Amino acid sequence: MTTLVNKHPENILLKPIRQVGISGYGAYVPQYRLPASEVARVWTQGQAALPIKEKSVPGLDEDVATMSIEAARNALARAQINPQVLRAIWVGSESHPYAVKPTSTIVAETLGATPNIQAGDWEFACKAGTEALVAAIGFVGSGMADYALAIGMDTAQGRPGDALEYTAGAGGAAFVIGPATDSLAIIEHTYSFVTDTPDFFRRQYQKYPEHAQRFTGDPAYFKHITNAAQTLLEASQTKPKDYRYAVFHQPNVKFPQKVASQLGFTKEQIAPGLLVANIGNTYAGSAIIGLTAILDIAEAGDRILVVSFGSGAGSDAFSVVVTDKINQRRDLALKTRDYIARRVPIDYATYVRLRGKLVMK
Amino acid sequence: MEIPRHWRIRQQRYALVGEVCPHCNAKLFPPRDVCPECGQDARTPYQFSGKGEIYSYTTIYEPPAGFEEYTPYTVALVKLEEGPIVTAQLTDVGDRPIEIGMPVEMVTRKIRSDGDERGMIIYGYKFRPLGLMSTE
Repeated sequence: MTTLVNKHPENILLKPIRQVGISGYGAYVPQYRLPASEVARVWTQGQAALPIKEKSVPGLDEDVATMSIEAARNALARAQINPQVLRAIWVGSESHPYAVKPTSTIVAETLGATPNIQAGDWEFACKAGTEALVAAIGFVGSGMADYALAIGMDTAQGRPGDALEYTAGAGGAAFVIGPATDSLAIIEHTYSFVTDTPDFFRRQYQKYPEHAQRFTGDPAYFKHITNAAQTLLEASQTKPKDYRYAVFHQPNVKFPQKVASQLGFTKEQIAPGLLVANIGNTYAGSAIIGLTAILDIAEAGDRILVVSFGSGAGSDAFSVVVTDKINQRRDLALKTRDYIARRVPIDYATYVRLRGKLVMK
Repeated sequence: MEIPRHWRIRQQRYALVGEVCPHCNAKLFPPRDVCPECGQDARTPYQFSGKGEIYSYTTIYEPPAGFEEYTPYTVALVKLEEGPIVTAQLTDVGDRPIEIGMPVEMVTRKIRSDGDERGMIIYGYKFRPLGLMSTE
């Protein structure tokens, strides 16, 4: 009888045939901020414990397409390539503007990257963005293409009054993946850990997702991130101290802090990428926008561990090493901290209007 | 619904793609294939930088059909750094006072839905105040 679990320990890490890296990266966060205290004021008489300080909220004229376009323009500015050399644009999100019609074609047309291009939308809750990233690594790493653009972006939904309403934010990041010789950071290898775990889902035609309260913790977030990170560390014979920085999916402040500490990472290693307290959980953009904030300050030779988590459930882990090209190119676009610093606080009423929760007809 | 009309002009709408005159180097927006400066053929696509300044502006409180949910909003004549003046909405303005001469940059945003919520989403250029953020 064949065994159902074949771990292939000798080649469990995903490594492309030719080495690839991040040629350019870009972030986007909309300017509006809803303080968590506003949600508590409306729904709990201010009594609730607040999981974050405030979350980002998209403007009336923003959605995953427009936000992806801005992040992608930043990534292209840093990559210093003609959009026509891109051979794929993949957008991962759980809030695509259309149910049927790709976000990625809108992004591709706007960037001037059509028509010789793959385009498609990815869906895997909060790890849709890193799923697109792994695909782009394979696409470029196989030699099929020289450059591919992977985006993780969300305008996350939370039912009014639900625990998720405090944190469901908006934002994300875009990465131009290209040959290692032209990279700001080299991708050493990746590893993904996936099981069927229904910790969080949204059925067709439903406005808001369902989540299984505490079930979202141990069997979902912690199990998948821990397995992905530990397998990558063991298989690459590295230890937490070999990484200058680490970033984990950040649905709130507590989860990434706890998983980092369990894995042996220090507060200093995760601090630059831990953005959730000020922008909320950006879902498909959550781990990777943390990576952009780290790349904004990293130095050549720094190794970074990135571990996403998507409900449903799975985690993608990446080991990334920064090159000296970062110094010439990181100032070519706005930094992630610039977007975070640009904040317009709003009250709950304005939030309700911006998120389309007012019935107008 | 006017899907073909929106589709036909998507590149100029999404990204400010105009034309440059190969004879006198004038930049054209919107693209019109005949140079208004020298009268000759001008069909070479040109990607505008998206940088410009406010030439004039007005705030809309009584919107035309399709824009009700965005009121109040400000529409400006923006003089692009390459020369042409375009009409566009301003966005991400907040409480900042708008002034003639204010530097702005192009962003691609949702303009409206074509018809009701079943219609296509129309995206296009708007301008936001420049200098909200530094790259330092």
